[in-house]
Amino acid sequence: MNSQETRQQIDRLIAEGNSAAAAAALAELWTQEKSPSAAAFALPRYERLRPDLALRPYRVAILRSFTVEPMVPLLRAAAFIAGLDLSVYVSDFNAYPQEMLDASSALYRFQPDAAFLAVQTRDVAPDLWKEFADLESAQVRSTASRVTNDFRDWIAAFRKNSRAHLVIHNLEQPLFPANGLLDAQGNNGQRLALEQINHELRSIASEQTGVYILDYDSLIARHGRNTWHSEQKWLTARLPVAAANLNHVVDEWMRFLHPLTGKVAKCLVVDLDNTLWGGIIGEDGMDGIRLGPEYPGAAYQELQRALLDLHRRGVLLAICSKNNADDAREVLQHHSGMKLQPQHFTAMRINWEDKAANLREIARELNLGLDALAFLDDNPVERRQLRGALPEVAVVELPADPMLFARTVRECPLFERLTLSTEDQQRGAMYQAQQEREQQQKTLSREDFLRSLQQEVEIAPVVKATLARVAQLTNKTNQFNLTTHRWTEQQIADLCSADLGAASGWSSFSLRVRDRFGDNGLAGVAIIHREQDYCEIDTLLLSCRVIGRSVETAFLSFLANHAREGGASRLQGWFRPTTKNQPARDFYSGHGFVVEQQEGDATLWTLKLSQNAIPCPDWIRLRTLIGETTNGETK
Amino acid sequence: MTAPLLDRVRGIVADILQVPLAEVGPDSSPESIATWDSVHHLNLVLALEQEFNLQFEPEEIDQIGNVGQIVTLVSKKVGAGA
Repeated sequence: MNSQETRQQIDRLIAEGNSAAAAAALAELWTQEKSPSAAAFALPRYERLRPDLALRPYRVAILRSFTVEPMVPLLRAAAFIAGLDLSVYVSDFNAYPQEMLDASSALYRFQPDAAFLAVQTRDVAPDLWKEFADLESAQVRSTASRVTNDFRDWIAAFRKNSRAHLVIHNLEQPLFPANGLLDAQGNNGQRLALEQINHELRSIASEQTGVYILDYDSLIARHGRNTWHSEQKWLTARLPVAAANLNHVVDEWMRFLHPLTGKVAKCLVVDLDNTLWGGIIGEDGMDGIRLGPEYPGAAYQELQRALLDLHRRGVLLAICSKNNADDAREVLQHHSGMKLQPQHFTAMRINWEDKAANLREIARELNLGLDALAFLDDNPVERRQLRGALPEVAVVELPADPMLFARTVRECPLFERLTLSTEDQQRGAMYQAQQEREQQQKTLSREDFLRSLQQEVEIAPVVKATLARVAQLTNKTNQFNLTTHRWTEQQIADLCSADLGAASGWSSFSLRVRDRFGDNGLAGVAIIHREQDYCEIDTLLLSCRVIGRSVETAFLSFLANHAREGGASRLQGWFRPTTKNQPARDFYSGHGFVVEQQEGDATLWTLKLSQNAIPCPDWIRLRTLIGETTNGETK
Repeated sequence: MTAPLLDRVRGIVADILQVPLAEVGPDSSPESIATWDSVHHLNLVLALEQEFNLQFEPEEIDQIGNVGQIVTLVSKKVGAGA
């Protein structure tokens, strides 16, 4: 539906200068309509609101073999809603091989942050698509290996010429294979040949950092191969996708942009009654609620399975429910239909308080920003209230039918991840240890508490194994982050490689923290570069779970020693304030740095490096895993 | 039922071609709306196809000359019920 009232209201809000309300109304319009006309309406309005909204600029290149122009406004509108201000570059038709191979091409001059290689089977493997029945099996094999070699060359060239993420559409299958039923008999089928290319593509992508596969064939299958294409539009406008499916392509692109830009939810807060199970525990009782392997309880079990999958992916789960805590706990602990167990939940608020207040508390307890939370509740009234009270929280729109709950959660791009570190998979357990630490903290003085932790800090150069986690931290750490400089895996990989990094004077370090309650995993990153007589800290950040434990002093102590041993006489670094990095504001001043320069609201701090300029707190055991400088000796 | 259909089509035309709704009537055409070029024509067709859940034939797309003709075509394609 094309709603004129909403449009008029948005224009009124913009005219009144009420940018926040106008942006919220535009987001609402987009959720309702998600159409080319809503996108055409929204884009010029967003352009006007842009200065008032904290949007992250992001550059996307689309390398294509078909018409994508009608999808670009849809993508930009969807991105605006997600807080991204996209600049989009579209390559010429079928110019992608030259563009990727030629280091001076328009693609690389555009300097993308991410690129999509949107190609179709009929363009990259025309003989397998159209002439398959004519091919001998040896020809099929040689064609398939030519295609994979092409991809390998393009990807390698891209990786050499750009640090951007690269997302590759895999090859789609035909609606009807050339040989009909015969295709599935034996080992010479068309589908098998394409599957094998796709299989190869996965390996090629996984050998490179920052290269990902978009499973285009599955995307088509999910929405129905039968109605996916428009042959007329392909023949007349080189647009192979039917109008109704343009959004699906865009949604899939957004599904990648969310994790690539760190626009993800770290914790999903769920309601209980009629969300995790059917019915109301306080009224229906243990035997009355619907939760089990049969209809209708199976819908809720399916949702629980989906949530369990998120948990394994490193998304924290929490409960916020209006209930008697004892009733609810009884279900969590003893109901035979429960797939989720109490230990899967990192925080619980089961009471009769306002949900917004509870979510604020959960965020505080987990040391997360409100924008790291998502909220799942079957009740539309609760959802609307929460959206009004806490606009930063992502509210998942659940449909009325519980059978669709699991699917809705799986569809949500906020829970997508592109790399999984060990930290992600063990996040739930780490937070549990955190809660035990906090219990300690309440009973001891600060120094006694820090001593009681028996912390061990381990600092090591960033290596291939830690690259993904390090890049992830630079992209999602907002609180203790001095410059909020976002890095891609590839950029950091370049710093680590001997020829590029060492020569240019850049080095990068990761920090792990262990204590008596457990391993906090890789929880800090520093990226520094050496100039003539000083060393500058480009990036210094700590994951929120280790803030306030003087780990930052240990890190700085290491950096100061490292710089001094390398011959620097000063250590300097910028503090660039954002709306979120308050916790890092006093970092430099608190460690004896003095102001060197002011630039807008950013401050450059500097410290003269003398012997033991910044001592490591004596309650931290500092270990450095750096070959050249162990014990201060240079090899 | 023609009036609401006309308004829905006008709304889409106004959005896609970025002109005020009040300036779009049954006679609005590529001659009277400057932004109605071939690129926008495709976007307009796609928007109409999505909104009304139909697909135009290439010949029909070429024949569309003004907003009134879109309304006639859409009502013919979605059947008398619209």
